[in-house]
Amino acid sequence: MVKVKIDGFEIEVEPGSTILQAARKIGGDIVPPAMCYYSSLKGSGGKCRTCLVKVAKSSEKDPRPMPKLVASCSTPVQDGMEVENITNPGVLEARKAVVEFLLINHPLDCPVCDQAGECKLQDLAFEHGSSLTRYEEERRTFDKIDIGPYIQLHMNRCILCYRCVYTADQLTDGRVHGVLNRGDAAEIGTYIENSIENDMSGNMIDVCPVGALTDKTFRFKSRVWFLNPMDAHRDCDCCSGKATVWMFGNEIYRVTARKDEYGEVAEFICNTCRFEKKDTADWVIEGPRHIERTSVISQNHYEKTAGDVPGTMQDN
Amino acid sequence: MQSLTNRSKLVVNKKMTFWERIYLPAIFGGMRITLRHFFKKNKTVNYPEVKRPFSPVYRGMHVLKRDENGAERCTACGLCAVACPAEAISMVAAERKPDQAHLYREEKYAATYEINMLRCIFCGLCEEACPKEAIFLTDRIVPASLEREEFIYGKEKLVEPVDQRIDISLRQIKSYPQ
Ligand code: SF4
Ligand code: SF4
Ligand code: SF4
Ligand code: FES
Repeated sequence: MVKVKIDGFEIEVEPGSTILQAARKIGGDIVPPAMCYYSSLKGSGGKCRTCLVKVAKSSEKDPRPMPKLVASCSTPVQDGMEVENITNPGVLEARKAVVEFLLINHPLDCPVCDQAGECKLQDLAFEHGSSLTRYEEERRTFDKIDIGPYIQLHMNRCILCYRCVYTADQLTDGRVHGVLNRGDAAEIGTYIENSIENDMSGNMIDVCPVGALTDKTFRFKSRVWFLNPMDAHRDCDCCSGKATVWMFGNEIYRVTARKDEYGEVAEFICNTCRFEKKDTADWVIEGPRHIERTSVISQNHYEKTAGDVPGTMQDN
Repeated sequence: MQSLTNRSKLVVNKKMTFWERIYLPAIFGGMRITLRHFFKKNKTVNYPEVKRPFSPVYRGMHVLKRDENGAERCTACGLCAVACPAEAISMVAAERKPDQAHLYREEKYAATYEINMLRCIFCGLCEEACPKEAIFLTDRIVPASLEREEFIYGKEKLVEPVDQRIDISLRQIKSYPQ
């Protein structure tokens, strides 16, 4: 076990863990935000630079600080390492700059975007961004494309985190989409449009931190804060069948996988569960899903008793 | 006990004098005050024939604005509905067809948009929440009615007609001269 100190909190972690993993073990405010790292996807991380931290002391043996800010999602810890995240104004300043970079080409069409309310970029910009833009040039724009019958790609909103590419690589056999071109011309593309038909491909929607990949069956149906997320399960032969159903009254508007506090999916679900089972009879509803009080989704969301189903609640 | 204000008076049960017992002086005193008011300037106006000037930021009936090309500004983002403390607003969004660009400003638009004027408390928070400058409160008054249903205002009552724009420019002035 190696000892690290992050913003003054000490913790012991397995050798080989990254700073971000160590920080998540401590939890709380000192966890650096992550837009591209995804713990269950091998190789993810290192693309977005929002997780930059300052290493004030490299290790017990070599106590010099690291010369530059490092990406905490891809820097392994060393024994005696001391890391500064929110205690270092330079880190916060750099993060603000990263947000500005991420937003350079971003359309900021949150009022139209189906991700609004559960978007990691919104959260990040709200916490770390500035409310003004210095960018005056034309933003790059793309037409929206349908990849597969159920998924829509708004390349305008993509931040090139590569999560969807890793998902397709590691969850489905034979990925057919990837990042084309380089530099500021880079874009997610399918070589042949409509070619994603794999049964687990819908998980790309959940891993996408922004509204670039969205559910076509839910497009413009409602806004997430008008819906009531409920934990539900069903018997499924190709996935665990454990999901969150988003209800409006007694209707299921959409189905997603269950996400943890970092927005990461614990168990991926298959396309049948996600796109085709929208009847309440298909699901066994366990009860309201826990939503942070700080989230807009907690509007009108009551978690009083587990097992409550909308329509049966009488005493709110 | 110490009194909270110094205005409390002790009740005295003293016997009335003759003048007080015939009541006439008190009655004439009251009449004099009433008569004096006949000759004073009226404080009320005969609404609806006469109307008082409204403050430019009066919060009355809502309008859903169109942009300079006549397209509806509202994109059914739901922010007004989530900001509304009275939960008076509801809407259903729809996707714009390629040939409807002149009707709706954004890719998504409100297919139905309803405000329940009986729930609305005219706080103006919807106006403040709107990112598209689509909804504004105006100096128009919601007309009275005997039917509750008539207070559910749909798009036909809220969206301004293309040829009769509702002027809301005074609301957008950031500060008024004192
Ligand atoms: S991806 Fe997020 S930040 Fe971008 S438009 Fe959608 S909700 Fe807004
Ligand atoms: S004025 Fe206030 S109460 Fe009325 S619709 Fe707007 S937000 Fe709701
Ligand atoms: S009126 Fe404004 S806030 Fe309300 S849905 Fe339309 S655009 Fe959004
Ligand atoms: S999360 Fe570390 S670089 Fe994106």
